[in-house]
Amino acid sequence: MRMIVTTIAILGISLGALAQQQEGDHDALRGNVPLLEERTPEPLYEVENNDLRRPRAYPMQPPTIPHKIDNYQVDLNANRCMSCHSRQRVGTSQAPMISVTHYMDREGNFLAELSPRRYFCNQCHVPQTDSPLAVENTFVDVVELLRQRRETQE
Amino acid sequence: MIKRIKHLLSTFWRIFNTPSGYFSLGFLTVGGFIGGVLFWGGFNTAMEATNTEQFCISCHEMRANVYEEIQPTIHFTNRSGVRAVCSDCHVPHDWTDKMARKMQASKEVWGKIFGTINTREKFLDHRLEMASREWRRFEANDSLECRNCHDEGAMDFTRQSSRAAEAHRRGLIEGEDTCITCHKGIAHELPDMAGVEGWE
Repeated sequence: MRMIVTTIAILGISLGALAQQQEGDHDALRGNVPLLEERTPEPLYEVENNDLRRPRAYPMQPPTIPHKIDNYQVDLNANRCMSCHSRQRVGTSQAPMISVTHYMDREGNFLAELSPRRYFCNQCHVPQTDSPLAVENTFVDVVELLRQRRETQE
Repeated sequence: MIKRIKHLLSTFWRIFNTPSGYFSLGFLTVGGFIGGVLFWGGFNTAMEATNTEQFCISCHEMRANVYEEIQPTIHFTNRSGVRAVCSDCHVPHDWTDKMARKMQASKEVWGKIFGTINTREKFLDHRLEMASREWRRFEANDSLECRNCHDEGAMDFTRQSSRAAEAHRRGLIEGEDTCITCHKGIAHELPDMAGVEGWE
């Protein structure tokens, strides 16, 4: 009995997922191409490399990387990003120093070095390309929201 | 024993020092000339053969480690199709420096024979030592092998990103830096960089 219920449940969920998929959801890996067809790969888009800081969409947003990071090694052995952005290196490199939060462990204690939980830069910071938007974005800046509310109240 | 060697040497010197009784002067000079050309040509050809990528990756130590690692980098694959092979960066181009480097490389033959880096694990264990040696060499000769292709006089800084142009002006032109000071690990993976200057 339980077996049957489970099977029906799994079937139901996967059918639901399939239905959603067919409605044109974005599949980042393959696009909406049937499994048996080969997808024409998108061109490689140009990576932004102008070294100009982008404004942040909200105060806590990790800043984007305004330069190419091709073949930058970030692993157990070396962290290429830190060879410019660490506290000791910014004098030579004149790159922005990683923020003070990167030196804190999760209890808020300050460490002498980059905290291990912040080691992999690309988990939060990414370069930008000139590719068209993959999905529609309805994000509205909080300042814009406040302004709209003020206007409606007036 | 020493007497025997002395005897042999004196016999050799006697033959070497006596004018030839069988061969004409023409044969000896022309033959010597041809022999010299053959020897020199053969020597240089053999030397060049050890400078090819084919030769380097005929050993698995190179093929399975550093050769694998260079393949995704810009010195192997790029839009304009210019490729730097092993010797372009690791062997000086002019003759005397090349000979000096090739003599040093005899230690690498020793390593090959005794299997110093014949597994990936052994290779990684020795990686810092080997990389440091190359960094020292590049620092000592002012990154000569880089400059065989990348000449700072030929660099158009306005075509570089502002970040790169600024760093080159500060370090390379006005400062004491050389290419390898910043550009470590561009062609192969880096060893554990803890304690290496500039990687704090």
